[in-house]
Amino acid sequence: MLDAVIFMLGLGGVCGVVLSAASKIFYVYEDPRIAEIEGMLAGANCGGCGFAGCAAAAAGVVNGKASPSVCIVAGPETANAVAAVMGVDPGSAEPKKSNNLCEGGHRATDRYIYSGINSCRALSQLYGGKRDCSIGCLGYGDCVKSCLFDAIEMGPDGYPVVNEEKCVGCGACETACPKNILVVRTMSDKLLHFNQETNALAPCAQTCPAEIDIPEYIARIKKGDYAGAVNTIRERNPLLLACGRVCPHPCEDYCRRGIEDDPVSINQLKRFVADYEMNSGSRLPVTCAPSTGKKAAVVGGGPAGLSCAFFLRRLGHDVTIYDMMPKLGGMIRYGIPEYRLPKEVLQWEIDGILNLGVDYKPNVKFGKDFDLKSLKADGFEAVFLGIGAWKDYSLKVEGEDLDGCFTGIDFLTRFAVHQQKDSDKSVSIGTKCAVIGGGNTAIDCVRTLIRLGAKEVSIIYRRTRKEMPANMVEIEAAEHEGVLFNFLAAPTRVIGDENGKVKGLEYLKMELGEPDASGRRRPVPIEGSETVIDIDMLVTAIGQGPDTGFVEDIDDLKELELTRWNTIDAANPETLQANIPYVFSGGDAYTGASLVVEAIGGGRRAARSIHQYLTEQPVEPVTDSLYKTHIKESLFDTVPGVNKKARTPMPELPVDARIKSFVEADLVISESDAQFESSRCLSCCRLCYNKDSN
Amino acid sequence: MGDYIVLIISCIFVNNIMLAQFLGNCPFFGTSKKMETAVGMAMAVIFVLVLAGVITWMAEAFILKPFNLEYLRTIAFIVVIASLVQFVEMFLKKSIPALYAGLGIFLPLITTNCAVMGACLININEEYTFLQALVASFSYAVGFGLALILFAGVREKILLARVPKPLQDTSIALVTAGILSMAFYAFKGMV
Repeated sequence: MLDAVIFMLGLGGVCGVVLSAASKIFYVYEDPRIAEIEGMLAGANCGGCGFAGCAAAAAGVVNGKASPSVCIVAGPETANAVAAVMGVDPGSAEPKKSNNLCEGGHRATDRYIYSGINSCRALSQLYGGKRDCSIGCLGYGDCVKSCLFDAIEMGPDGYPVVNEEKCVGCGACETACPKNILVVRTMSDKLLHFNQETNALAPCAQTCPAEIDIPEYIARIKKGDYAGAVNTIRERNPLLLACGRVCPHPCEDYCRRGIEDDPVSINQLKRFVADYEMNSGSRLPVTCAPSTGKKAAVVGGGPAGLSCAFFLRRLGHDVTIYDMMPKLGGMIRYGIPEYRLPKEVLQWEIDGILNLGVDYKPNVKFGKDFDLKSLKADGFEAVFLGIGAWKDYSLKVEGEDLDGCFTGIDFLTRFAVHQQKDSDKSVSIGTKCAVIGGGNTAIDCVRTLIRLGAKEVSIIYRRTRKEMPANMVEIEAAEHEGVLFNFLAAPTRVIGDENGKVKGLEYLKMELGEPDASGRRRPVPIEGSETVIDIDMLVTAIGQGPDTGFVEDIDDLKELELTRWNTIDAANPETLQANIPYVFSGGDAYTGASLVVEAIGGGRRAARSIHQYLTEQPVEPVTDSLYKTHIKESLFDTVPGVNKKARTPMPELPVDARIKSFVEADLVISESDAQFESSRCLSCCRLCYNKDSN
Repeated sequence: MGDYIVLIISCIFVNNIMLAQFLGNCPFFGTSKKMETAVGMAMAVIFVLVLAGVITWMAEAFILKPFNLEYLRTIAFIVVIASLVQFVEMFLKKSIPALYAGLGIFLPLITTNCAVMGACLININEEYTFLQALVASFSYAVGFGLALILFAGVREKILLARVPKPLQDTSIALVTAGILSMAFYAFKGMV
């Protein structure tokens, strides 16, 4: 008996000594705050927070993966105590919320009849589920069963509906869902999201360069939730007032209703809610993530720069915008005339972005007043170059620098500066004006000249109306306003009088030949067809590129790679990181002259990369990215179940009234029209859509 | 050499620790819902059982037997195995963090698991030599892992079947385990 007692005591003693020695030798440092916080949590190991037990949750708080209010059992007092240990505000980590991405539900069609147990997980193992759609909700509610907080219920339409009030963001539903329909995300995650091949996306949302969730905002308009619609747009596009007015809406070309009927007037709906917010007299609150203390500089306050600054600020970084002009807005302020986008409206929108705490410095030119070195010295860790495309291409014909000759952007900018009384310099115009070019800049020039009182304004374009790159609505508006069009004419010489003033333009007549690389028929000159017209003012608007002259002047920038079009080169179009790792680009400076909405999308894309760079993550493109392509199966040839309903026409000022002033020419649609137009939306997703009921 | 092959086959199939000797039921049912967890658990059992088999054989040969304390075998083994697993856990955490990340959460679960304990006691009862004990421990663990992974695969398929309500989940798992066990009885008489 005694030996047994002695042996067991000895064995216990040896084991104890060995283990205590091991715990010293193999000691791994753990943050002491983990133990401290663990002591404060409920200790129930319930797993309700989504972590495997309280110890894991405490580690999560210390590692910044969870907020101090992580524990769902303990109340706000515990959250405050934990926050005190971490030295932060109780709510400071961003709350996560569950989002349902599929609204197919009962309208989705089935491939086979399933009679197994009512579980999504089981069903998903039979050929990925019975639904035609490979990504959609299976509808058996595994997520509903997994939620410990009754925050999810099966909606009447056959897909789960999340109650945001009750959702604690634990992630149980995300784990339970075999189709990744339910994802738990913070606001920052949403702002950083880019379209993926695996997402539930309607054709319009796949097309939008800014990747706005179009069906979502139209559905909100339909419900009368205009604030919700504005917030949905603002997750992707901070310049909705501007875009609602000037966007050529590529999304509408892919509208599924457009296959059988007129497409939904998506952009007018955007303008309607944007104007609704502005006219309501108060701004909707925009939330920002807690400050990271990192600084980023945005060079160029145009649409790309404003978009980049807006998203970086919302992600919690400190942003300063530098701009060479007296006011922010870039090309949408100085290139787009007042009658298309009133400056007052633009300023209201820009003020909203600056109000978030974005700093700005006007009247400073990159390469002259500041450069990369001075930005670094001021503590900026990343730089966004959104310098736009402000340099007009020249015609390269004799006499194009005579008195009375202008280039497009130069003319529009000079006039805009004068109109905003930022300079005393007046702009004198002629009586017989010719504008060379067929793009939007050319149209903006002729419509501006008409409003300034020029007697005769004509467009000289070397192809025909069909090949003009300008927006069709703009061309039509110019025609209504009395602009003359001189097609198939290529200028060869500008003729001056003895004082060096322009007095005529000689051009060659052209005819259309074989299609060229762009698919448009190439104009071929007709021999001996030289014609001279009398003019006293000439504007050349044949395209523009970025003014990257500063590259040579700045030491740090000498190695910045440019493309042969003088745009800033980025190895990957999806990260927009230049060959200097802390320099990012976007907008016209990267794409060459392009759409406003493209610049806005580029700004957000760059903001994502800059966020990765500032938070010391690798700068990587999105996985399974759907960049500038479409999901094949979502593009249909026919759309059964659509009844023709005429599209709401764009209200505009009568021609007599609008050509005498710079008052906005296009008007906003009425609320009842917006309701009607939103009801035309088929609420498409990848395969599903709502058929017209009557 | 032939003896060892017979020993290995006997331990893995004929005398499978789980399906023939019914030891280690708790992890067998607890961690077989998902293939991923089952594989993790199988690896952890192999790791621990080999170590435990070696250490308990040495405890028996060098301490218990010389001092005629064989009657304390069970309780002594419990203390030794428990301490060993704790020690290994600390060691892995410090020295091989990658392995710890994979096995970490399973190690405490099998601190004094009956399959581990059972295999160690069988080694002594059968009076195996050191090398035999090592091979047997490894084979028993492989057998357990095999049973666990097979069972996890079956359970993932059962999800698709129409199971009457009263039999769902654990009940049908027990029935299935019984059938699986009967299937293993076919190996009886092989060795």
